[in-house]
Parts: sequence; C-alpha cells; structure tokens
Amino acid sequence: MKHARIRFGNAVHEAVERDGRLLLADGRLVDFDAVDWLPPLAPTPRPRTILALGLNYADHAKELEFKAPEEPLVFVKGQSALIGHRQKTFRPAGVQFMHYECELAIVVGKTAHRVKRDDAYDFIGGYTVANDYAIRDYLENWYRPNLRVKNRDTCTPIGPWLVDAADVPDPMALALRTTVNGQVTQQGNTRDMIFDAPFLIEYFSRFMTLSPGDLILTGTPDGVVDCKPGDVVVTEIEQIGALQNTIQGQA
Amino acid sequence: MSAPPSPHFLPTGTVYGTLLNFRAEFEALAPKMSEPPYKAPPRAPVLYVKTANTWSPHGAAIALPADVPEVEVGASIGMVVGADGDIEGFVPMNDLSVPHASFFRPPVKFKCLDGFLGIGPALRDAQEVADPASFRMEVRINGTLKQSLDFSALVRPARQLLADVGEFMTLAHGDVLMLGCGPGRPLARAGDRIEISAPGFETLVNTLVGEVA
Repeated sequence: MKHARIRFGNAVHEAVERDGRLLLADGRLVDFDAVDWLPPLAPTPRPRTILALGLNYADHAKELEFKAPEEPLVFVKGQSALIGHRQKTFRPAGVQFMHYECELAIVVGKTAHRVKRDDAYDFIGGYTVANDYAIRDYLENWYRPNLRVKNRDTCTPIGPWLVDAADVPDPMALALRTTVNGQVTQQGNTRDMIFDAPFLIEYFSRFMTLSPGDLILTGTPDGVVDCKPGDVVVTEIEQIGALQNTIQGQA
Repeated sequence: MSAPPSPHFLPTGTVYGTLLNFRAEFEALAPKMSEPPYKAPPRAPVLYVKTANTWSPHGAAIALPADVPEVEVGASIGMVVGADGDIEGFVPMNDLSVPHASFFRPPVKFKCLDGFLGIGPALRDAQEVADPASFRMEVRINGTLKQSLDFSALVRPARQLLADVGEFMTLAHGDVLMLGCGPGRPLARAGDRIEISAPGFETLVNTLVGEVA
C-alpha cells in the first residue's frame, strides 16, 4: 500500500493511493492536486533520527573525486529540514552550485538494536523517495558535509508515498532517475549502492538504537547538476514514487 | 520505543551541538586549521546532532559498549528554543563522545551512541538569566574537580550563535542548541560518577556503567 500524509481543508489526514486519487480515512476520495502534501511519515514520540549517507554509490564517489569509503560516510539531519511533495525549495541568491540528490529512504518499522544483516529486512517498515539537496558553495571541511550544506530549511523534500516494505520485494534493484524540467539528468540503480540496506541497518543498530519512523537516506548515484530558480525537479524511484519539487529564488 | 517516564526534563525537539565554540579550544587548533584535511578555518558554526537515542535523563546510568574503554565528557549548556523562536530556557548537558582527533567527517559513530547525552534535571527559565556569558560550570568525576568552564570565553556568544545558525536553518520550538564544550575535556570510565554543576542550575549527575552482555 502507498501511504500519504496530506493537508486538506484545514486538517491533516492520513491517506492511501486508490486508482490515481487519495482515499482519506473518512472515505472521501480527493485529487492529488487538491491537497498539500506533507512528508509521508507519522509523528514520532521523540524527534525522529534522520541519517543520510554520502558517497554511497561508486559512480558518485568517482564523480566527486573521492575514493569509495571503507565505512559509511553518514551525517544527521533535523526534522525541520523535511518538506513534502510538490513543495518549494529555496535557492539563496548568489550561490553557484545547488544540486538535487535522488535517494531511496528507508523508514524504520520497529525498534532495531544490534540487528544482524540476515534479519535486517524485518526492521524496515517501508520506503520513500528523498531529494537531499546540497548547496556546495557552503561546503567546509569541518564535519563535512556540514549542516549549513545539508540541514537547510526546505532542502530535503520527501515523499510522496511511504510504500510498505512488503510491497517492495527487492529494494536493492530499483531504478532511480531525476529529471529537471522534463530532461533526464540522473540515472542509476539501487543495486550499485556500496553499503546496501541490510548492511546499514546492521551497522547503525550496532551502536545506536533505531526507532520506528527513523529514516536512513541511502545516498545518490552519478549525475547531479545545478538547479536554478523555477526549475521543476522530479526525483523518481521505481515502485516507490516520483517526488516533485520546484526551486524558488531567495533574496 | 518511547523513553520511560522520567520526572526530569527531556527535550521535545532536535538537539544540536556546536564544535569549537570556546576560544581556547579554537585557538589551540588554529595552527592546523589551514592544513589538510581542513584547509581553512571554519566560517559558519559547525554543528552536529545528538539524536534522541542518546538522551539520558538526570540520574540515569549510561552504559559504555565493551569496545569503548573511556569517553570524553563534554559539559555544556543547551539553549532551549521557545515558541516564538527566542530562548525559553537553559539546561546543563553532558555530551559524551568516543574520543576522536579528527573533525573532518561527521561524528555520528563517536557521538550518537545510545545514552551518550546526559540532560540536566530542570530547565532554567531564560527570564532568570541576564546574560549567558555569566554562566560558570564545574565538572567533577567521583567528586574530584576535573574541568571549569567560563561561558564568557566563547567564539560566538549565545545570541550571535543563534543568529549565525539562524542564517541557514530555523530552530523549531523545543529544539536545543548547545553553546559548545570547553577545552580540557576530562575522560571517564565505567564506574565513574560524573557531576556537572553550575550556579543557578540544578546539578546533572550521570553514572557510567559497563555494558551488560
């Protein structure tokens, strides 16, 4: 099932996809463009942990002139960075290089502490698409990638759907692609991840307990390009969804 | 899943730490800041996140993994953000780390271990505080004074830190931003009792215990 979280009228609703429309819990069917899309994530009792991988595709690591990492390069985001499908992301005035990153996001389904690789899929609740924008002008070599690059307001669109793990038989063989104004600029496949989903669940849960609703953004493949105000960026993953976002200029 | 009920303060938002915000620590590292891998001194505030799995309420025992013989004690004061984006209050924090020398990569595996953030028992209302630069703090391990901190010696004083962070991200109601950990951070081991006290604040105590297999 594909789950969404939307604002419709003046209320927030849980919804599921039904024949190209949204079925609300109260039985109403509404069109995709009649709602405001929120991140497709139920609220958590404590702030959710959002882990994000850098350099997790061999081709992207090469593109960025780094050798592939020997262990995951991971950074953490705050919840405030997240926005939903069909929202706007700000590009500050004067920056030279702001790029999208199409990423498979793992949503933790149950509390994971010292989980073994062979059991890892039992702890995954579902998947969604994340677009982990970066503004490279702000990159510094202190806790790189630093939060000024990676934790900016509006710079992590996520959605539109949370797809149940049971509906994704092989998350490690999904095509990813990004279009900018309809032109394909990024293509890859989750099979090319350096550290795959089971590895990441095992690796993180060894030292940090993961809770339901926590996120792992698994990195992006080759093909990032600069995005300008007005650009419509669609990050899409086979079986998971197509996440649309528009760049907005900021004074 | 959710933390057991605690009579003590726990944050409701994301907890951010600030690297190198005490002048003495910044100056000690200054000669290396232009060398690889850093190549330049930091320009914007350098932050990290203490994820919710790290939160230990006042009084809690903090378990050290078997492969972590000692931890660095990062005493600090967290600024808790109010509904209007201003500061609602202040709380002492014990930001534990696996000791690490490099600040090049994000410190997740050093700072986000379960239990690795002791959180003071009570929020001190911001209205009681004329100037955060007046904060003083002492760290005792098993009763012995190990570190004294003077929050008038910051690279970015509280208000400036908030403004400079606010330039690139909005702190939400309930988020916490720590003022930084000072130089000379003491090390502690399983069995140690860590006491972080500051005039005007309720004292934060946590005990380190060895891992239960």
